[in-house]
Amino acid sequence: MLDALARLGRIGIGILGHIGRGHLLLLSILGGIPALFRRPRLLVDQIYAVGVLSMLIIAVSGTFVGMVLGLQGYYILSQFGAEQTLGVMVAASLVRELGPVVAALLFAGRAGSALTAEIGLMGATEQLSGLEMMAVNPVKRILAPRFLAGLISMPLLAAIFSALGVMGGYFVGVGLLGVDDGAFWSQMQAKIDLHEDVYNGVIKSLVFGLVCTWIALFQGYYATPTSEGVSRATTRTVVHSSLAVLGLDFILTALMFGD
Amino acid sequence: MSRSRSLEILVGSFMAAGFVALFFLAMQVSNLSSASTGEGYLVAARFDNIGSLKVRSPVTMAGVRVGRVHGIEYDSETYEAVVSLRIESRFDKIPDDSFAKIFTAGLLGEQYVGLDPGGSDLYLKEGDQISLTQPALVLEEIIGQFLFSKAQEGESK
Amino acid sequence: MTSVSKPLVKVRNLHFSRGDKVIFEGVDLDIQRGWITAIMGPSGTGKTTLLKLIGGQLRPDSGTIEVDGMDVHRLGTRDLYQLRKRMGMLFQSGALLTDISVFDNVAYPLREHTGLPETMIHKLVLLKLEAVGLRGARDLMPGALSGGMARRVALARAMALDPMMIMYDEPFTGQDPISLGVLVKLIGSLNDASRLTSIVVSHDVGETAQIADYIYVISRGKVVDQGMPEQMMTSDAPWTRQFMKGLPDGPAPFHYPAAELEKDLMGH
Repeated sequence: MLDALARLGRIGIGILGHIGRGHLLLLSILGGIPALFRRPRLLVDQIYAVGVLSMLIIAVSGTFVGMVLGLQGYYILSQFGAEQTLGVMVAASLVRELGPVVAALLFAGRAGSALTAEIGLMGATEQLSGLEMMAVNPVKRILAPRFLAGLISMPLLAAIFSALGVMGGYFVGVGLLGVDDGAFWSQMQAKIDLHEDVYNGVIKSLVFGLVCTWIALFQGYYATPTSEGVSRATTRTVVHSSLAVLGLDFILTALMFGD
Repeated sequence: MSRSRSLEILVGSFMAAGFVALFFLAMQVSNLSSASTGEGYLVAARFDNIGSLKVRSPVTMAGVRVGRVHGIEYDSETYEAVVSLRIESRFDKIPDDSFAKIFTAGLLGEQYVGLDPGGSDLYLKEGDQISLTQPALVLEEIIGQFLFSKAQEGESK
Repeated sequence: MTSVSKPLVKVRNLHFSRGDKVIFEGVDLDIQRGWITAIMGPSGTGKTTLLKLIGGQLRPDSGTIEVDGMDVHRLGTRDLYQLRKRMGMLFQSGALLTDISVFDNVAYPLREHTGLPETMIHKLVLLKLEAVGLRGARDLMPGALSGGMARRVALARAMALDPMMIMYDEPFTGQDPISLGVLVKLIGSLNDASRLTSIVVSHDVGETAQIADYIYVISRGKVVDQGMPEQMMTSDAPWTRQFMKGLPDGPAPFHYPAAELEKDLMGH
């Protein structure tokens, strides 16, 4: 009985310690960001690694998700004779939900895991220790640029995902299934609100970008410095980021659209 | 040097693509020009019944959207609903004796506030109240009235 | 070898443990300026930990470490980083940054800390690489280097800022005889030429004894013996004798602590 309590306590303390270290890490990362404006070169390299390299999978997925939405939406809406509103359906689901969420999930799988593996291996091969002994703070020099790059890239990736998705829905709905071109756009423009839908989508993707990059860097930085430790940390990054994105999406949606 | 240059070009095109996508979402998908930015002036209108009118429902004149419903409250003394309407500031020439009605778009569509212009020389401004209103038509009430009048017809025969 | 002046590094009554495992319990060390001091002991005695403690990467449970008159663990972050610029450390793996070339690795601390013009850095880097004999390898990526070469590049990098001392973590482990010879020669000659102070952590008795001016032997969290290499080789202390001669059994037992063999066998 007492043993069980003690075990529960130990788990609780472990989790609290984890959360505490995570926040301290975030704080020192944020402390390193101002210095980046003096050396934008570091940031450019990381935007390449985090953003440009995630482009292909985001673009392809976005287009296909939009096409599927167009196809499915058409069949459902045409039963009510409302296929004119296809544009609204495609755009609303993409801009509000699918764009930020699916882009973030893909981002966690593509960029997040790569970040964790990179930082974890730098730890395992003593590169981080080496930097410290060279009087270079690895959190500021290695983690901060990656963090900022994730924060910048995520909303852009989500926007690309949504925009290409709308194009994909347009291609299927208007091009293949014969929905009226004008109605597709005008209905969409009438119903999609810049503030309500687009801004909120961007805010969502900013939050997701922050959380995914933070988790990836935390897992990498505190990974056990062995090959097994790094591989576990990489798995944890993908699992934790995905869960965090889905959970946060619910909370954010309730805050933004629930009234 | 050329490798870092091509990397810069790639990063530049990525960021440009992202901003173009954002611009596309803002302009083409959501139509920035008709966006309500929260600016404009507030006027109040009292209704006996607002039906299923919601906050952010459109406010129109002659079918053109001029604003949105900003808030809905209940006045416990007069048993009326107080609806505040935010009218965009460029529509500043609405007569103060205009008539506010709650309409339904289509048979089952959403409800909105329609303004019919009156003949006054004075225009609505911040804080004014629209005194002439017509409540929402509630489908059950209409059906009830219809059945009642039919029953009365039957009795009189 | 100058006279015994004020030591550069002074370790006093150092205690450190990791979890339940006690690593140091009361270690006292003096590292003399200009000397090559070797710290020896069997694997797992925390020799690398000692270097990390001196570098301020780890914090002791109690006791003090003074480097050049400053208490490492009382310094603020800024002062600690300032001090680290004057210490070089050569990691066992080399710890080169794998995504940039050999040249950029050596240039790294210069670019981070000096603000020198690029032409100047170029010359300095070539000089440092020349000193370790790898000027020709400047455009290679670290992945293309052998273990010994990587360590030499790391040595050039550790010396880039002309530090007052260099700490070597197991520099001789896993090297073929030729690179071993090269490293032994480099460490010795660099120390003499640049008036460095060197700390060499190692368990390779032969190589270390060749270059060291003074040797500490650590076992089970304590300094068990110390002296000049010649004294150590001929020491009568049973522990030192076993370690220096590499005898399989002695004070450090061959067997990991266990119950009596008979009991273990008959137990079940």
